[in-house]
Amino acid sequence: MAAPSNPWTDQRLEVIISVLLRTGVVIAAAVVLLGGICFLSRHGHEQPEYHVFHGAPEIYRSVSGVIHAAGPSNCPAVIQLGLLLLILTPVTRVAFSLVGFALERDRIYVELTSIVLVILIYSLAGPHANGAR
Amino acid sequence: MTNLEFTPLVFGISAVAGCLGALTGLGGGVVVTPALTLLLGVDIRYAIGASLVSVIATSSGAASAYVREGYSNIRIGMFLEIATTLGALLGAFLATRTPTAILSVIFGLVLLHAAWQSSRGRRHDEKSKQPDPLAERFKLNGSYPSAEGPRKYQVDRVKTGFSLMFGAGTLSGLLGIGSGALKVIAMDQAMHVPFKVSTTTSNFMIGVTAAASAGIYLSRGYIEPGLAMPVMLGVLTGSLIGARQLIGAKVRVLRWIFAAVVGVMAIEMILTGVKAKL
Repeated sequence: MAAPSNPWTDQRLEVIISVLLRTGVVIAAAVVLLGGICFLSRHGHEQPEYHVFHGAPEIYRSVSGVIHAAGPSNCPAVIQLGLLLLILTPVTRVAFSLVGFALERDRIYVELTSIVLVILIYSLAGPHANGAR
Repeated sequence: MTNLEFTPLVFGISAVAGCLGALTGLGGGVVVTPALTLLLGVDIRYAIGASLVSVIATSSGAASAYVREGYSNIRIGMFLEIATTLGALLGAFLATRTPTAILSVIFGLVLLHAAWQSSRGRRHDEKSKQPDPLAERFKLNGSYPSAEGPRKYQVDRVKTGFSLMFGAGTLSGLLGIGSGALKVIAMDQAMHVPFKVSTTTSNFMIGVTAAASAGIYLSRGYIEPGLAMPVMLGVLTGSLIGARQLIGAKVRVLRWIFAAVVGVMAIEMILTGVKAKL
């Protein structure tokens, strides 16, 4: 537990986490909606083919691919960018918790939180994320 | 069917799933995948990819409120997330190697459990008998707000809870669901965490668990923007409506309707899997 003189408490961390989660979801949903409107205006009359699995196109499968492709000329990439922002929301929450626990000088929780953060980063940027199958 | 027809349809189905998920506390992900595969013939891999993303949206949105109110225990959450994220990585890797027919059958079995759980309703808290020294070491014991002021609780059977959480994470990564029901069982029944703290902490953990498999789903092409867009926006909208209705709704009637719907879906999913295998 934090010392009385330490302004960093679990309560303060909880408020920051709360704001962070809400902001992340709102921004992500707004970007997805924007991408969606753009997608329907450009590709509205095309036939979707989701009953056979081909996998999303290669550029939509990695963080770097999506960031490069997203723009007014590529609406699905804008949707994908919104979805990435959504996936990053809990990751950012864990990163902030790590900072919070460090400021609380809570060593065990700095270690535990680091493990979770490493697992999350591995999932998003591990060897499988570079197109390797 | 063109995108202009398909997108509103998926949005509508997802909104209903999200609303039911919020009203019953079981989450929208568990309903949206069978609805997409059974009603619209979407490949289960695209469906679980879209569902997983929507799970992150609803759980983060709900967790935002619960954390602030002081119900969620962020230490219990953080500690157990080690188990759920490792499980989620395993589950997501397994998902890419499991034939879709088998995925369908496993999904059906999970739905059967959800139907049973829903018809049974919530259970009452059991009091902790032997506090676990591990709970002390990892500072898991806490307190939550109640009418009579903060109420303290102790946590036990930390190892059992941790193992169950690994299982919950694996299932989450395998099927693209939040597996909130199993997370609540691990905390409420194994670790004797108060029910309200269990459900809100479970919600808090679901987003991080899902994010751990999302990276793998993304790299395998499971997250298809054209499908994930209406699913995510639909489930999110539905769950916001559902959360607002919670106080006025006749929860008992709803639970039975939900159990019946999920039960039918469970049998359909199992039959689909079995037929594909024959």
